[in-house]
Amino acid sequence: MGRKILLEHINVPGINTFDVYRQKGGYRALEKALKTMSSDDIVEEVKKSGLRGRGGAGFPTGMKWSFLAKPEGKARYLVCNADESEPGTFKDRYLMTYIPHLLVEGMIVSSFALGANTSYIYVRGEMMPQIRILEKAIAEAKAAGFLGKNILGSGFDHEVYVQPGGGAYICGEETALIESLEGKRGNPRIKPPFPAISGLYNCPTVVNNVETIAAVVPIVNDGGDEYAKIGIGRSTGTKLISASGNLNKPGVYEIELGVTVEDFIYSDEYCGGIANGKRLKAVVAGGSSVPILPANLILKLANGENRLMTYESLSDGGFATGTMLGSGGFVAFDEDQCIVRNTWNFSRFYHHESCGQCSPCREGTGWMEKVLHRLEYGHGKLSDIDLLVDVSKKIEGNTICPLGDAAAWPVASAIRHFRDEFEWHVTNPKEAMERNYGLAGYADPLPKPEEVM
Amino acid sequence: MLNIAQPEQVVFKPELITKFNEIVARYPEGKQKSALLPILHLVQAEFGWVSGPAMDKVAEYLDIKPIEVYEVATFYTMFFLKPLGKHVLEVCRTGPCCLVGAEKIMKYIEQKLGVKEGEVTPDGLFSWRGVECLAACGMAPVLQIGPEYKFHENLTEAKIDELIDSLRLTTAVNPQIS
Repeated sequence: MGRKILLEHINVPGINTFDVYRQKGGYRALEKALKTMSSDDIVEEVKKSGLRGRGGAGFPTGMKWSFLAKPEGKARYLVCNADESEPGTFKDRYLMTYIPHLLVEGMIVSSFALGANTSYIYVRGEMMPQIRILEKAIAEAKAAGFLGKNILGSGFDHEVYVQPGGGAYICGEETALIESLEGKRGNPRIKPPFPAISGLYNCPTVVNNVETIAAVVPIVNDGGDEYAKIGIGRSTGTKLISASGNLNKPGVYEIELGVTVEDFIYSDEYCGGIANGKRLKAVVAGGSSVPILPANLILKLANGENRLMTYESLSDGGFATGTMLGSGGFVAFDEDQCIVRNTWNFSRFYHHESCGQCSPCREGTGWMEKVLHRLEYGHGKLSDIDLLVDVSKKIEGNTICPLGDAAAWPVASAIRHFRDEFEWHVTNPKEAMERNYGLAGYADPLPKPEEVM
Repeated sequence: MLNIAQPEQVVFKPELITKFNEIVARYPEGKQKSALLPILHLVQAEFGWVSGPAMDKVAEYLDIKPIEVYEVATFYTMFFLKPLGKHVLEVCRTGPCCLVGAEKIMKYIEQKLGVKEGEVTPDGLFSWRGVECLAACGMAPVLQIGPEYKFHENLTEAKIDELIDSLRLTTAVNPQIS
């Protein structure tokens, strides 16, 4: 059994309430931080822990915190990114639903470390139930004296507020989130200046993912060194993985970074294998934006070693044979799933969610969606496949925010690894329309050539 | 929004204004525009949609230009700019949900309600639409119903039948919806 530090008490009845959370050692980190540590001590522990941003980018949290400007007389803000919109990712919803006080405690401790007297949890608007849960948890913490003026006599004042979003994927990008929190359209800002210098209301701001902020609690409790002992290399600690798709046991799993992908998919401790006795065809390992990999490449590295669930191992081989850990949105595709249809679906998503600021993304995502649609619906040409690669290359790296890259990678990688399936859609349009799954080479039962024609 | 019949006048009840005031208090002095999204959610919960006159009233309340409200309400997909059914079934249509049958569920809902995406049933009770990833992929397929966005998970055709029947039973037609 892997160690669980975020979800250790997740099965305790009533852990979503203040009293039970407190009985199980909750708000110990807050007491320790405010009574015995300076804000610099906490930043130091987070640096030592090696914690990396759990929202997708994987940037070291301690370093991000240390960039925060501290000009005299200017407020600083901590904003929690609970916009969770990356297809395949649902860990933050889980954490906020079942153990909301972990996030509230993490918010207070992190705000103390950053010197922020006000913090906001920006929750996607669709998560209204979670907004209610968090508001209740915040009220409970306030009633217990862990929020408000002069918390525990430390002289530190703090308030946390919950802000609903409006259903825009782009607001998961930190500067778009800040714009949205200011009551504007979610258009990402040009950087620099980075939020650490000029963020919310032009004040220094740190934006962190829900899971990142929650992880600060065990780091303060047990020390950064202890946290860093879990995991492998620069992938320290535990990670919540959202497992979905054709799995026997989809759900949220806390893993120690470093378990093998094979174990994660097939062992009973985690996903319990592919549903309905089918075979694994492909995996999107870190949310819809990261490159899709066929079964052989997700299970093994190019050199034949087992691939591990770590930042480094998942990206081993670059985009030629690797992918990324991203947000930990792990989507498994069984042998009957059509890669072309799924790629079209993801492209439609990015076209729908592009904010429209940058032409390559606004126009390119629409073109990719249309071309993929005609491939999927039997009107494609062989030249469309190269056209898609061309368009994706012209989006990648040419936009203000990473949504452009996120839209380009799934298309480029699907063609890289499943090109024959795209070609098959062109050469066998009727067959491609009539069944859900794609190319014979990956699908089972294997259609005979004469049946295909 | 131009070709949608707009109400002549929109009145915000005092209780609603009290809620607005509570929200505005969360932000620093002069940053009341931050309250725009939460307020639009409240307006939609109250009236079922966000009409032009309602947006003008919000602008007046927040002391910002009406265009600042329009540009936000049209950007975020959660805000309805035309009246929809009393219950809007929003089905996730993104990748992971489609791997386990979301497309079939949408077709079934369309059939069952007898209206196309974005339309209203003749009794004014229901609308449905496909929405992008709702971050519940492990419980796929899923749908949500506002304004409190209750989730219905691991959908099957039988569950849709049950859901629609129970919504029909427990709600009378809201006369506000034409």
